[in-house]
Amino acid sequence: MTTRYTKDHEYIRVEGDAGIVGISDYAQGQLGDVVFVELPSVGKNLSKGDEAAVVESVKAASEVYAPVSGEVVEVNSDLEAAPGTVNEDPAGRGWFLKLRLTNPSELDGLMTEEQYQTFVKSIS
Amino acid sequence: MAGPANSDQPLLKTPLHAEHVALGARMVPFAGYDMPVQYPTGIMTEHNWTREHAGLFDVSHMGQAFLVAEDKNHETAAKAFEALIPADVLNLKPNQQRYSQLLDENGGILDDLMVTRVGAPGHEGWLYLVVNASMKEQDYAHIQARLPKGVTLNRKDGLALMALQGPSAEGVLAKLAPETATLPFMMSADVQIDGMWCHVSRSGYTGEDGYEISCKAEDAAKLWNKLLENPEVKAIGLGARDSLRLEAGLCLYGHDIDTTTSPIEAGLIWSIQKRRREEGGFPGAARVQREIKEGAARVRVGIQPEGRAPAREGTVITMPDGREVGIVTSGGFGPTVNAPVAMGYVSKDASAIGTDLHLIVRGKPLPAKVAAMPFAPHRYKR
Repeated sequence: MTTRYTKDHEYIRVEGDAGIVGISDYAQGQLGDVVFVELPSVGKNLSKGDEAAVVESVKAASEVYAPVSGEVVEVNSDLEAAPGTVNEDPAGRGWFLKLRLTNPSELDGLMTEEQYQTFVKSIS
Repeated sequence: MAGPANSDQPLLKTPLHAEHVALGARMVPFAGYDMPVQYPTGIMTEHNWTREHAGLFDVSHMGQAFLVAEDKNHETAAKAFEALIPADVLNLKPNQQRYSQLLDENGGILDDLMVTRVGAPGHEGWLYLVVNASMKEQDYAHIQARLPKGVTLNRKDGLALMALQGPSAEGVLAKLAPETATLPFMMSADVQIDGMWCHVSRSGYTGEDGYEISCKAEDAAKLWNKLLENPEVKAIGLGARDSLRLEAGLCLYGHDIDTTTSPIEAGLIWSIQKRRREEGGFPGAARVQREIKEGAARVRVGIQPEGRAPAREGTVITMPDGREVGIVTSGGFGPTVNAPVAMGYVSKDASAIGTDLHLIVRGKPLPAKVAAMPFAPHRYKR
């Protein structure tokens, strides 16, 4: 199991040929209180960089992009009733969607945990 | 995730800038100033704290100025300013404050503002103005260019302004200045707090009871910290200021009102007193009087989305059959109503409370209804 990050603060936690996508702890902190999450429909095919979901805080709406290409096989529908879970547990219960990867080699272009933490330090 | 864009412009700082930084605020550019959008607890907590206790806001970026009649006659100053705004200034009592708008020749809103007849002895013929930060340079130039001889505009950039809002505000301020407890809504007083001169008005921008307090810039940090010493008071940023005013149904200049909207379209007829409605004599009076008589073609309304998705500024409003009827001018999540709330302009035929609407959010029509404002009841002390 490995976790990779994008410069836009999405993570993907890869298990086999699938990956769980969410936003980083840094991202939820920057957003503030999440009040609404719009998730894609299961079965949707996303290319790397496509808009995968929308996360809304009190103040603004932000897009969540697909870190890599894949088919949406599951979404975290618990977020509809409890969007604040994204703030409470972004890496765990606050996940957004599960992708079946169509081009796993795209993971090589993403940051490792260590690289991402260095990146966050450089921008904060 | 898409982050906010950075601005390279040099930003101005209010006299309380260092206090915000010390409190761990997230600072953002706003109207040319480096301002706190939120403190570490976040917008939702700050919003709820203000409704339940007392919130302290730095609004020193706003423009404070005095309009002064050299003949020390209120009527001279009032008449000069009534030529620019539709409110009754002439009949203001000493220390009384009114909300109004600077209008252009077409009745469009150049800015909204507060005007107070100064009541301090020796200041007869003085009006105290508070205008929006983003518009102050333009407002001052506009006013200055239209004043008759013998009336001058003195901007007071050396003043700070803070707002103390919420049900605990009265008790907190009364400990420092007991006479403020009995001040009625939209009245003001000059008080001393620990030897500091403060001009206090019972007003605000949250829908709650509370005060706006003007003081000298050099006293601002001391007063700010003195208020924050009280456990009932927490610092509140611009983020919660926006969600609080939206729930209170109050307009934000540049969003809900601008030069394309008239005060009647904006639902601000209550701010135009009877004498001015009848007499006119302000810029755009012909349009305003016509709209009072015939109704405006479009009006600002509250909008309650039926689902959980907020509808932001710029969202297109349609009837359920798809006919476009308007646009959202402010929208977001209302922590007190625990639901998304919005306001916007719709054509007259779609403006009745309860009218079914669609909001086009990310290409999808979401059901909504025209709703009464405020979304959270006003709790002013009249």
